[in-house]
Amino acid sequence: MIEKALKGEPRYWAWIFFLLSIIGVGFGCYLYQLSYGLGVTGMSRDVSWGVYIAQFTYLVGVAASAVMLVIPMYLHHFKKYAKVVIFGEFLAIAAVTMCLLFIIVDIGQPARVLNVVLHPTPRSILFWDMVVLNGYLIINIIVGWNTLLADKKGVPTPGWVKPFIYLSIPWAISIHTVTAFLYAGLPGRHLWLTAVMAPRFLASAFASGPALLTLLLLLVRRFSKFDAGFDAFQTLAKTICYAMIINVFLLLMEFFTAYYSHIPGHIHGLEYLFFGLHGYDNLVPFMWTSAILGVIGIFLLLVPKLRMRYDLLAVGCGAIFLGTYIDKGVGLVLGGFVPNPFEGVTQYYPTFPELMITLAIWGIGALILTILYKIAISVREETA
Amino acid sequence: MSMDRREFIKIAGLTSLFGAGASGAFQLLEPGVLDASTHEEHGHGDAAHGQAEEQASGPKVRWAMIVDVRKCEDPEVVKRIVKACHTAHNVPDFGNPKDEVKWIWADTYEHAFTDSANEFMDKGIEHLPFLLLCNHCDDPPCVRVCPTKATFKRPDGIVAMDYHRCIGCRFCMAGCPYGSRSFNWRDPRTVLKGKPPNPDFPTRVRGVVEKCNFCVERIWKGLQPACVEAAPNVLTFGNLADPNSNVRQILRTRVSMRRKPELGTKPSVFYLV
Ligand code: SF4
Ligand code: SF4
Repeated sequence: MIEKALKGEPRYWAWIFFLLSIIGVGFGCYLYQLSYGLGVTGMSRDVSWGVYIAQFTYLVGVAASAVMLVIPMYLHHFKKYAKVVIFGEFLAIAAVTMCLLFIIVDIGQPARVLNVVLHPTPRSILFWDMVVLNGYLIINIIVGWNTLLADKKGVPTPGWVKPFIYLSIPWAISIHTVTAFLYAGLPGRHLWLTAVMAPRFLASAFASGPALLTLLLLLVRRFSKFDAGFDAFQTLAKTICYAMIINVFLLLMEFFTAYYSHIPGHIHGLEYLFFGLHGYDNLVPFMWTSAILGVIGIFLLLVPKLRMRYDLLAVGCGAIFLGTYIDKGVGLVLGGFVPNPFEGVTQYYPTFPELMITLAIWGIGALILTILYKIAISVREETA
Repeated sequence: MSMDRREFIKIAGLTSLFGAGASGAFQLLEPGVLDASTHEEHGHGDAAHGQAEEQASGPKVRWAMIVDVRKCEDPEVVKRIVKACHTAHNVPDFGNPKDEVKWIWADTYEHAFTDSANEFMDKGIEHLPFLLLCNHCDDPPCVRVCPTKATFKRPDGIVAMDYHRCIGCRFCMAGCPYGSRSFNWRDPRTVLKGKPPNPDFPTRVRGVVEKCNFCVERIWKGLQPACVEAAPNVLTFGNLADPNSNVRQILRTRVSMRRKPELGTKPSVFYLV
């Protein structure tokens, strides 16, 4: 089936070469980072995780969100998803791969990364994160590929794949829960030290992942003969909308706990993000943009008349994707570090090489996704 | 008030000789115990193993440091202490806050004791420099989060680093609530200009985390930590597990403070004001 990725219009190849050039530039920057050290990034003693780990955290959510298609499809036999569930699984494969790459580029001694396996340390959440992420990647490759093969032959998914499909459901929840635990169990980091971290991660994931998927499927609909179908889009939109409402609700809970208890440490993180702390406010415009995008997104997806228009559906999903991205891909990591353990403020700005490496990994994700989607679409077009 | 040198050597030397394990000075002197004590490999004792022993009998050595803050008033004292430590351990000085690596440094009361500052505070305290370093916590979150055991707790309470094991994930930096850890964002050897100030201590490579190690390499030889040697009237180092030790005597007679006690990490660095 791979050969299907090798046949395409000039537009397809232009896109592939565009991605390859971004990846090339980022790879060059990575070689520079390898030789100089992580000093090429904007990170410092106080803000010791930056844009890499933030992307990782966000993308774990995107990967986990495939479950929002798998559950209705396989547990509730919601046939409208029959044709799109594969796109969710492929998105998960691309997202997990990006997660793993972001970890690799963030590590100061990448050559030693196997130490995590050679000296397994079960009390470290990072160990479990590695286990669940790799497991999830394998599960999705098995499920995705076999579903597609079966589709091509026009037969139902083979029976032995079913257990993997069911396993993927709790597993998807676990990858994002464990990732939340990376943050939630740390003493002295007030913004992260909250029991709703994992639920909030899941809620925002179940909004952002399907939002990205909807945007992708809308693109597919425009550029190929494959249409996910009106009903599938509407159901996805409802999922996104309700997940986002829960996400916003949980965020408001954080505000209540911090501001009503009035404990300074608990207020500082939110204050830095949304209002500025001691005059440091570089993220304030971003966080408010995120909040406004969230509200717009919810509104567009909640009102049936608006949601049913494909253009507004796209705007709504775009707003939610971007809003949750700012919240988790920018605010979460920095809000936890920036009011530092000395109640001081060290701001962080990613550097050019850091941004190029980040972009390159997104490029690799896009490349994987393009190839997988190309294959899936070709199969769909043939069997349509 | 510093420890009697002879007593110190006795504890430090013997502990290291017979393994830093649960065998303390006094037990060691009893016949029979000597034979029973195992020669644990120095420097990388299995933390879990050590903890198990601790529970059975309680540790016999638990190193701790006391900082007499009022004696730090003279900036020269602080400078001398920091220099002694950073020279002894080849700590690089990149000259900019972004790449900064430090083992011991001074900060204000307000920053050191974030939860206990108040606006009506004694102006004298407000302007004192508080020496900050790794607290060698009894329940160290940095050890808990490290995925490779590159950060580990020795049976004598010292939280040590294995620079060869560290993958540079910096999870421990996120986990330490005291901001005690530094990362080598760049190659530290470039600023040591080829010749490290102390050829007897290893220099680091880029991409690993480091922090104060309570001068484990000196204690092993029966010496006091470098900072204590530089200012013996300001800093006191000793064995918390021994009720008659120098540190216990001070803690019995003076009011002391620890940083962020509410987090339950039980720091082994105490401050007298
Ligand atoms: S002060 Fe920080 S680095 Fe030192 S033992 Fe405690 S948690 Fe670990
Ligand atoms: S940076 Fe090194 S010492 Fe710190 S948690 Fe990672 S592997 Fe352990």
